[in-house]
This record gives sequence, structure tokens and C-alpha cells, in this order.
Amino acid sequence: MSTSPPPFSGPPEGTPRLELTGITKRYPSVVANDGVYLKVGPGEIHAVLGENGAGKSTLMKIIYGAVQADAGQIQWNGREVVIANPSEARRLGIGMVFQHFSLFETLTVVENIALALDEPFDLKGLAARVKEVSTRYGLPLDPDRLVYSLSVGERQRVEIVRCLLQEPQLLILDEPTSVLTPQAVQKLFETLRRLASEGVSILYISHKLHEIQSLCHSATVMRGGKVTGTATPAKETPASLARMMIGRELPVCDVPAFTGEATPALTVRGLSHEPDDPFGTRLKDIALEVRRGEILGIAGISGNGQAELLSALSGETTGPADTVILSGKPVGHLDAGRRRKQGLTFVPEERLGRGAVPPMSLAENATLSAHGMGLVKKGFLRPKAAWAFAKTCIERFDVRCGGPGAAARSLSGGNLQKFIVGREIMQKPIAMVVAQPTWGVDVGAAAFLRQTLIDLSREGVAILVISEELEELFEICDRIAVLAEGRLSEAVPKAQTNAEKIGMQMSGLFSAADTREPAHAAA
Amino acid sequence: MPLLEPRPTPSAQMRLLAPLIAIGLTLAVGSLLFLSLGKNPVEAFGVFFVQPLSSGNGWSELMVKAGPLILIAQGLAIGFRARIYNIGAEGQLIMGALAGGGVAIAFDGVDAWWVLPLMVIAGAIGGALWGAIPALLRTRFNAQETLTTLMLAYVATFALSYMVNGPWRDPEGMNFPQSIMFGDPALFAPWFEGMRVNAAILIAAVASVAFWIFTSRSFLAYQLTVGGLAPAAARYAGFSANRTVWVSLVLSGLTAGLAGVGEVAGPVGQLNLNISPGYGFAAIIVAYLGRLNAIGIVLAGLLMALLYLGGEAAQVALQLPAAITGLFQGMLLFFLLGADVFVDYRLKSRPKPAYA
Repeated sequence: MSTSPPPFSGPPEGTPRLELTGITKRYPSVVANDGVYLKVGPGEIHAVLGENGAGKSTLMKIIYGAVQADAGQIQWNGREVVIANPSEARRLGIGMVFQHFSLFETLTVVENIALALDEPFDLKGLAARVKEVSTRYGLPLDPDRLVYSLSVGERQRVEIVRCLLQEPQLLILDEPTSVLTPQAVQKLFETLRRLASEGVSILYISHKLHEIQSLCHSATVMRGGKVTGTATPAKETPASLARMMIGRELPVCDVPAFTGEATPALTVRGLSHEPDDPFGTRLKDIALEVRRGEILGIAGISGNGQAELLSALSGETTGPADTVILSGKPVGHLDAGRRRKQGLTFVPEERLGRGAVPPMSLAENATLSAHGMGLVKKGFLRPKAAWAFAKTCIERFDVRCGGPGAAARSLSGGNLQKFIVGREIMQKPIAMVVAQPTWGVDVGAAAFLRQTLIDLSREGVAILVISEELEELFEICDRIAVLAEGRLSEAVPKAQTNAEKIGMQMSGLFSAADTREPAHAAA
Repeated sequence: MPLLEPRPTPSAQMRLLAPLIAIGLTLAVGSLLFLSLGKNPVEAFGVFFVQPLSSGNGWSELMVKAGPLILIAQGLAIGFRARIYNIGAEGQLIMGALAGGGVAIAFDGVDAWWVLPLMVIAGAIGGALWGAIPALLRTRFNAQETLTTLMLAYVATFALSYMVNGPWRDPEGMNFPQSIMFGDPALFAPWFEGMRVNAAILIAAVASVAFWIFTSRSFLAYQLTVGGLAPAAARYAGFSANRTVWVSLVLSGLTAGLAGVGEVAGPVGQLNLNISPGYGFAAIIVAYLGRLNAIGIVLAGLLMALLYLGGEAAQVALQLPAAITGLFQGMLLFFLLGADVFVDYRLKSRPKPAYA
């Protein structure tokens, strides 16, 4: 990933393709953009770098006409414009690939593309054009395939090709690599470089520093809705970029060795599951073992069975008793509440609405899962005990909030996550399952959460982490397995693997030894 | 473009004030209504809201009407908190009345203290069973309780009609669709000579206290509330979704059944086709007007009872049609729902272009 970007061939002087001045957007509770300035030249790959909540996405939506700025000017090829809606943006030559795709799963590739076109079309001709454009830019696509059968990477190609068909002068990509394997990322970068060399400007939104260093000519860094600086990424170090992004040094985790006895705590055997959702993923003969004192990481791109595996582990879906074993006791048939009583706690990916009830206070939310900790007596609530529990959790886990009475939805993502993780830890689990521990969390809180998980495991708790962030898994885990297309690879000590190998497995390319045939699948 | 945007922090005060605002708006529009009918609004409101309470009997009638409304609404509120929408309390009321009335008819002529308690128990069971049917349909076949409860209300009406036209028709009743008049052992004795208020109101009072404790302190009610606010969180916590359905529907059926017995063993005194002036439906409004809160429901029930009395008085004194009661109930619910929208949302200012 250390390849330096090709020389910037676009005209640095002259008319910029896009120039934003003083863009301001206020929401009821937050100023998302505050006097933002941004300039992109023709053929320039320009990074917009910032943490979650820095205002990147809002800014891109303003450029794409999906959101209207409260103040500020937009210059397009030297001419002042008002972009009232996305179709006007497309007419100007602005295309956008969203982080979350907007495709109809039951339609074919070409039908999906046709739906987004503003002008009339004939499907046959369009299919030919899709084929032509997709081969030209190294994004092979079969126009007649149904979207539900495509992998996430292929779906992203559909979105990109959809934009390219309109021959854009500016392409906006919002966190495009969060759904890609490392290999697919390299493919995408080749396509983007090729587009840039043809004069297309690219706005590349990301918080992944090494990607920006290898791809982008220039960068605008945002923090708290404001521009904190511009940089030439190739001339910076990850540390200096991080400083601009978060305003201080990038924190590092301390990973001591575990000294206790590493007995198995959570074991999964022959777990297969048919999803209720027709587009869900079928789990195929999953087996894993998490021992006391270790963190087992499960890498992979969401949609490969992550949601199904998590519900099967937590007890939100139940199955045969002996598919999930906690400290030697079969718990596969128990619901989430009963598994928690046996010592298995869970931090879900969705904090609001699953891990916490949004309008309820933190004290009331303590009772949600920690009611077994003396917060309920003879069927009656003990509000004082819940209040005290929440207060301890807030203090111990550095939750910044208005106290135990604060509504869950009033907390920032990072602070609510600290509360939920804290609540689950305070139940003294034997094993804890954590999904996307730092998703949408700022860097400071993320470092705190990672360290908290490491420390907890070294106290003898078995921890299973499912994450899309490969760097995170390499930082905190002892062993890493990969979940792809509903199959789980053998867990490997992290010293014996690397991003390259994991990436191969993410694409479903397990070596023969890794793949367990479903011969002993549960009946 | 949507005209409303969510408020960042909905005001708790406004949420409590919303019913008062709704009442104010109902009165304001009610005035216009009276004016357009050629009545003096001040006089009309006097007839509607003051006259009914100017006599002891008026207060007695208020209690007679408020009792079943409050009782049913307390039960419904439990389900509404859990987003289980039982809108067929009218049917559960009728089944409770049928069960209780059946006991009265079976033991007609038996002069024993236990007849009335037995009727009350039978009524509670009858209502609860009628609520259990939609619970079974929902948990077994995922049939929406909103539809099934309402449909079963009509089934109950026909069941009642069949019984009073057929097996339980009073042989001396000149073929009117009604049962025999119940004997004294099967009736709540009036407290005061010439007034209808009786001990049935105590059932509503005790239920209100019990529901207040249940909703504010019990873990079960907490689980129901979580199920209503965030179903995924309830699943995450391991709270049973099926139990939520069962508790909500059986409990609200039970209170409606009790209210049904209270009517046939009280003011009505027999089974006939006019057991309830729509208490089961009006209680839905009472539950929401009272913010699904046990104490709020008591106040809302009294107000709704007053609307019934005022509507009757308006028919007599102002020659207005009976529909006036329904109109006021409807306006009240409409304005309440409207006020609630503005507690959570506000009007969006028109988007301005990026530059002027």
C-alpha cells in the first residue's frame, strides 16, 4: 500500500473544476459544516479526510444537491451554480457513489442502471453500453444478472458504472472501501487512477490514512464541521495526517500477555442456520472456540453471515442446544436472557434500538440487560439500584453524558457504546461477544474501547469480536478467522497471517485445509 | 418535501400539556359548531359541561359512566405501551357481560351472597378469553391484532344478539330482544336512593391503583414498554415477544369483561342490545388522552364521561342530534393526535438556496 500516487497531471493553475466557499449547514442540534472551503482541479483525486461526524458526508450531499447549504457559494468550472437536487447535479456532470447502495435486489444490473437514468433509454442498447464501459474501466459486470446474486464489491461496481455512463466530470465516493477486500481495494484504485488520467475529478471520502496516501493527490482535512487544513498526502506521515484529523497523536493499544489458564469458554460446533430473510446469508457448519484470556477476531465484510452469526451467538435466534456451548454447558436452545444468566454478554452493532432503548434513561437502560444484577427484586424494579449501577458504569467507563438520567439517544455514538460495553462488562461475563466495537466512534473513544476489551480479556474473559476494520482486528486480537459467504475459516494466530491472506479468504477463497465440508452438519 | 422535521429534544412539559391544548381546541371548534347551528356557545357549553354536574344525580351519572371507561382504558393502556393495539374492547366487554349475565340467569332465584362475585369472575374470564383469541392468532399465525380484535367485536355483538333473541330471551318479555331482569342478588345495590352509582365504581378505582403500581414499578410492565419502544432491544434483552402479546390482550380483555359485568349487574340490570354506548371504543380515546398513564386515565375518563352526559343534555335542552357526543369525542382525539405530532416535530422552514 506504500505505492506513491502517479504524478498529478491536471492543471494546478487555471479554473478549478469545483470550488466551494463558506459552505455552512446547520442542523437543529449541530453545525455540520461551518464555512467550508474546498477546491478540486480537473483530473485531481482529492481526499476529504475526517472522523465520523466531521461533516464530510453532509458536504458531499450539498455538492450532490441532496442537501441545501444555509450559506456559501458553489463554483462549477468557474461558474456560480445552485444545485437544487441530485438530478441537476447529474446534469452538471457530478456523480456520486454512496456508502450504502440503493439497488433493487430483484432487478437485473441493467434494469437498476436504467432506473437511475434521467433520459429515455432502450434496455438492449444500454446493456451493450454497460458492458463496454465496465470493461474499459476494469469493472467487469454482467448486465443481465440479478442484483441479489452479486457480491458487495460487484454491487459497488454497478453503482460506479451507473455514474460513469453519464460521463461525469466529478465523481464522489463516500467511504467506498469499507465494503471491499484489500484486493478489491487495489482494483478500485486502478480504476480511479485511470479515470483521473482522463481528466475526471474525484472526491474521495475516507478516514483510512494509508488509502489516502496511496491514492490521493491532495487532501482537505475536516474536524467538527470545519476545515482544519489541506495537505499533500504523499508528503505526510499517517501520524501527521492523524494529528490534523483528530487534533492529537493517534493512541496506541497496550497488549500484555495472558498469564492464566486458557481453557475454552465459548464453543460453537456444527452451527448451520437458514435465514428468515430471503436475502439473508445461510450459515454453513460454523465452528469456533474462544478461550479465556484471548480475543478472537472474525474478519469479513458485512452481509457474509455476520448478522446471522451474531444472533445465533447472542440467543436472539435459537437452535439445537449443542451448537453453542458456554463453559461446557449447551446453551444453543436458550434465548438471549437465559444465555446472559449463564455468563454470555453481547454488545450489538446497533446501539440505539437494540443495545439501548433510545428514549429511556441510562438508568432504565441498565435494567435492559443487567436486571440480574439486583436491579429487579420479586418482579419489581429497583430504580435506586439501577441508578447506582448506571452511575458506576458512567464513572468506570468514562461515559460523557448528563448522568444516569440522560436519555440514551442524547449520547454520542462513542459514549453510548462505552455505556453499553460497560454495562455488559459489569455483569461479569464468562464470554462476551462484541460486534463492530468502534463503528462510528471517534478515535479517542475507539482507543479506549479497544484497550478496555484487551484488559477484560487479560482478566480471563473470552472475547469474540466481529469487525469490518481489519486494522482494528490486527491491533486487538490474538487469533483471527474470516467469515465469507456464511462459512468461517479456521482461526489463525495473528502473527501467522496478514492483510493479504485475510483478504483472499474474504473473497471466499479458503484453502482446502481451511474449508470444513458440512459432513457433520447438525441435522 | 416533508413539511415536518423532528425536534432535537421533545419537551416533556408539552407532552403533558398536549391534552389540555387539545381540550382547548375542541372547545374553540365546538363554539364554532354551536354558532353555526344557531346556538349561543356560552349557553350551549353551560348545558354541555355545567348543567350535568349541578345535581347529585349528575355526579352519580358521571361516576356510572366514568367507571367502565376508566377500567377499560387502564387495560388498553398496558397494550398500547407495548404497541399491541386492541381496538376491540367493545367485543370483550360484551363477552364479559354475556358470561356474567349467563351466571345471573343460571342462578336466577338463588338468594346467595356468592352470585354477584361469581358473575364478576365469570365476566373477567369471558373478556379475557375473548382477548386471548387474537393473542393466539397473533402468536401462532402472525395475524394483526388490530384487525382481529375489531372483527371479533362484531362477532361478539352477533353472539349477544343471538343469545337475547334465542336461548336467553325473557319468555315474558313480549318478544323484545332482552333477557329477564336480574334479581337483587345479581345486582350491585345502588348506594343512594334514586341514583345509579354503585360499588362497581370501586372495581375501577382499585384497578387504577393496581395499574398505577404495575406500570410504574413492575419488571413485566418495563418489558412490555421496551417491546413497544424498541422491539429489537427487547429481543436483545431476551424479553419474550409472545408474552407481551398475551399479557396485553388478555389483560385488556379482562378489564373490558369486568366493565361489561358492571353494566349488566348495574345500570342495565339485564342482557339487551344496548349494554354499552360504545365504551369499548371511547376507552381508546381515554387511554391516549390520559397519556397511557394510570392517573391521567382517571382524569381523561371523567372528562369523557362528562362528554356523554353533556351530549345527552344537549339532546334534551338544545334539540341537538345524538351525534354531537361522537363529534366531540372525535374532535378531542383528532386535536390530541395533532398536538402530539407537534410535540415530537416542528414545521420545517422553507429551504433557502445556497446563495441569495
